[in-house]
Amino acid sequence: MGEQRHGDPGKPGAVERAGDDSGNFAIEDPGLPPHRPRITDEDPRAAKRAERQVSFLFILSIIGTIVFFVGYFGVGQLPLDETDMGIIRLQNTLLGLGTAFAMLGIGVGIVQWGRALMPDHEWVEERESVANEEDRSDAVNMINDIADESQIKRRPLLRNTLIGALAIAPLPAVAMFRDLDNTGNQSEDPAQNFGVERMRHTMWDTGTRLVRDVTGTPIKAEDVTIGSALHVVPDGLLDMEHDKLNQKAKAVVLLMRLNPEQMQISDGREDWHVDGIVAYSKICTHVGCPIALYEQHTHHLLCPCHQSTYDLTQECKVVFGPASHPLPQLPITVDNDGYLVAQSDFQEPVGPVYWERDPRPAEERGA
Amino acid sequence: MSVIQDYQASTKTGKIANFVDTRMGASKMVKEFGRKLFPDHWTFLFGEVALYSFVIVVLSGAFLTFFFDPSMAHVVYDGAYKPLYGVEMSAAYASALDISFEIRGGLFMRQVHHWGALIFVAAASVHMLRVFFTGAFRRPRELNWVVGSVLLILALAAGFTGYSLPDEVLSGNGLRIIDGVMKALPVVGTYMSFFFFGGEFPGDQIIPRLYSLHIMVVPALIILMVAIHLFMVVVHKHTQYPGPGRKHTNVVGYPVGPVYAAKAGGFFFIVFGIIALISGFLQINPIWTYGPYDPSPVSAGTQPDWYIGWVDGILRLMPGMLGDFSMLWHIPMPWGWNALPLGVLIPLIPAGVLIVGMVLWPWLERGMTGDNREHHILDRPRNAPGRTAVGVAGVIFYCVMWAAASSDLMAVYFMLSLNDVAYALRFLLIFGPIIGFIVTKRICLALQRKDREIALHGRETGIIEWTPEGAILERHEMVDDYRLYELVAYETQQPIPAQPNNKGRVGLWSKFKAACSRAFYEDRVEPVTAQELAEAHAEHDQDRRKLQGSVGRTVQELEGKRDNS
Repeated sequence: MGEQRHGDPGKPGAVERAGDDSGNFAIEDPGLPPHRPRITDEDPRAAKRAERQVSFLFILSIIGTIVFFVGYFGVGQLPLDETDMGIIRLQNTLLGLGTAFAMLGIGVGIVQWGRALMPDHEWVEERESVANEEDRSDAVNMINDIADESQIKRRPLLRNTLIGALAIAPLPAVAMFRDLDNTGNQSEDPAQNFGVERMRHTMWDTGTRLVRDVTGTPIKAEDVTIGSALHVVPDGLLDMEHDKLNQKAKAVVLLMRLNPEQMQISDGREDWHVDGIVAYSKICTHVGCPIALYEQHTHHLLCPCHQSTYDLTQECKVVFGPASHPLPQLPITVDNDGYLVAQSDFQEPVGPVYWERDPRPAEERGA
Repeated sequence: MSVIQDYQASTKTGKIANFVDTRMGASKMVKEFGRKLFPDHWTFLFGEVALYSFVIVVLSGAFLTFFFDPSMAHVVYDGAYKPLYGVEMSAAYASALDISFEIRGGLFMRQVHHWGALIFVAAASVHMLRVFFTGAFRRPRELNWVVGSVLLILALAAGFTGYSLPDEVLSGNGLRIIDGVMKALPVVGTYMSFFFFGGEFPGDQIIPRLYSLHIMVVPALIILMVAIHLFMVVVHKHTQYPGPGRKHTNVVGYPVGPVYAAKAGGFFFIVFGIIALISGFLQINPIWTYGPYDPSPVSAGTQPDWYIGWVDGILRLMPGMLGDFSMLWHIPMPWGWNALPLGVLIPLIPAGVLIVGMVLWPWLERGMTGDNREHHILDRPRNAPGRTAVGVAGVIFYCVMWAAASSDLMAVYFMLSLNDVAYALRFLLIFGPIIGFIVTKRICLALQRKDREIALHGRETGIIEWTPEGAILERHEMVDDYRLYELVAYETQQPIPAQPNNKGRVGLWSKFKAACSRAFYEDRVEPVTAQELAEAHAEHDQDRRKLQGSVGRTVQELEGKRDNS
């Protein structure tokens, strides 16, 4: 095939078919190889044997169905208030085994029937064109006639107003999805309604006690030893009925203690820690997974989802992985009873970056 | 009316046919499909596996809907599984536990559903690779390739929406990642996340919404696309591999009734049986060990289902900081700063390139080959070295991303540094496809040369003949005509030089196309021509005659000597 263009330039609709010039190959197509008879074609005993094999497989399938019912009724149901995973596993295995035999018996049986007993001659059939030009021109003419009869081309006013109507008619259907976001409409402040502003704020506030996740007990400074990492939530979160997970998704904090001499502290954060006890948002700044791993001898925090690594001694600067900004720090102090409390909310939004996220403090943002 | 009166139904089949045909005209359908031919090859089974596993997933999924409660309402668990007794959770998670422990066979059905889904996506992917590497997407089947691509994307959507439904910690973190990626999108991201979750993450809406998508919208679209896909297969008739007797103008295969129906129908049961076997023995997604969703805990070594791995992996590979240079950019605007997290956005580019490149491939290839003809005979992958090399490069690109989703596990099991694994994968992501392209192309050309050798000189038998003159010849066994035809009957593509446009100038675009075409088709192995074959045969005959001649002479000499003595 030396030519580069196919099809007839005079007839742009004509489609050339590859391989019509098969005469160019080194040898002529010898045609289909001769059919080789199978043993079951020639030997009636072999055919009978194949028949027995297939029916054996079908019987195997019947046995499989019975095994299923043994598993279903014989093993029975897990008694309430008792968790014996062994029973569940046994039942699951019997159901699987029974179904597998029931299905494989039928499937392998039918396939073997087809292979060994049904005729294995390959047939040849002509391949008609997907389309022919005569039909196509008829169809085009028909469409043109239909268009003419409808007069859509002759009457542009009809056409244009119809297009206009059709273009805006789906808009209500789209607009109706507005309430997929059903957080708004309660606040006077429109920014609050859409929740973007809310993403800046967490439950932490001046004097909010740090309490352990799950147990809810408050934490004294001396409870936090060097090397330990506590999962912390704001006091009151665990008792919430409503909105608990939403608040927790923003407010959850990791509390760790460092040797104060190892800490590199930037300006303005000098009093954010209590004798080396620091609190950082637990939500990864990459795409929001909780950071669960603390390696105490390197002081690295590691996100198990995408391996973003933060260095605790450098105020959780990113040292490896896909995150591109440090974890926000929660300024903490000690209250009169000696318990750890927050000085304020986080100074910047926690969690993954979003378009409206402006990390500057409120006065600089002009908010 | 005379026709009906003439037709006398005598057999039972005839009577049923009479009833159905006079009401539905079904005879035409029987005539059309009853003996329709389907070419046979083991690589054609992948599409069938995909179809059958989809059917199994629909059946098992329908069962699960009767017991699953897609609600995020708070409940305190009081079911059969002791370790979670008294734990606060969503109704969705509680009902998923009930399906596992209190509905007999519920766990089995869950496992069938999950394994079936994994196999569905896997089979669809492998089917797609088969279609790609054999060139089955070429005219007139380009649209069906697009429909297939859409099906693959829908399969991922079906998988992900289902994966998240049990509302446990593992899939909850998956949703958290989706939320993070959505929020990263400029301008619309935050809104998208809010509309998706019904407010701030996680909210109390997402599970019922995913459920609607998972059991109604996505499967309806898949069924529609499958119908179009199969309809087009019927319209086009199936492609066939090259070989003697198989032409562009014919179809060689088994008729639907009875052979193909038996094989394909039986194969459905085999796929079902294998999925049942796996589900009976191999535990998947043991949700009771994860606990209910909570934004704080996560376990190390979290993995998404395999088909989401590549997107998760590419997120991991992108460095967020280059030294002290952050990938988080802030754009000053009149109303304040807006944030552009390039660390999350850049990974979307390779993922998009892969998807868009896949969908558009039939047209990209046509641009390089200029081949606009209909093709019904498949290419052997070696006979399309450029395409095969691109396919392998794409597979490597995908697989590196996919492997990256397990970078932490690789580091743990092979005792490597997590960082080194990431560096190595970053290197491979960029250079792996290039190396893969070059190596694959060379392998294809080498295989073509081997085919050429066999066509011209036959197979080496390993029998060495030594003539009395001292010449050493290896006996070659020529292949028969059927095999020979398979080796010589293919076309090569030639690079298309840049074409001048109407004004007689060669534009940049044209030059670019020409450069691509050159990279693909400059090196090629032409098929054996009739003349070469004749020459090779003549040469062999000469050798043989020489050998026979000299053997003959030696025999005469020996006989002469014997007579003399």
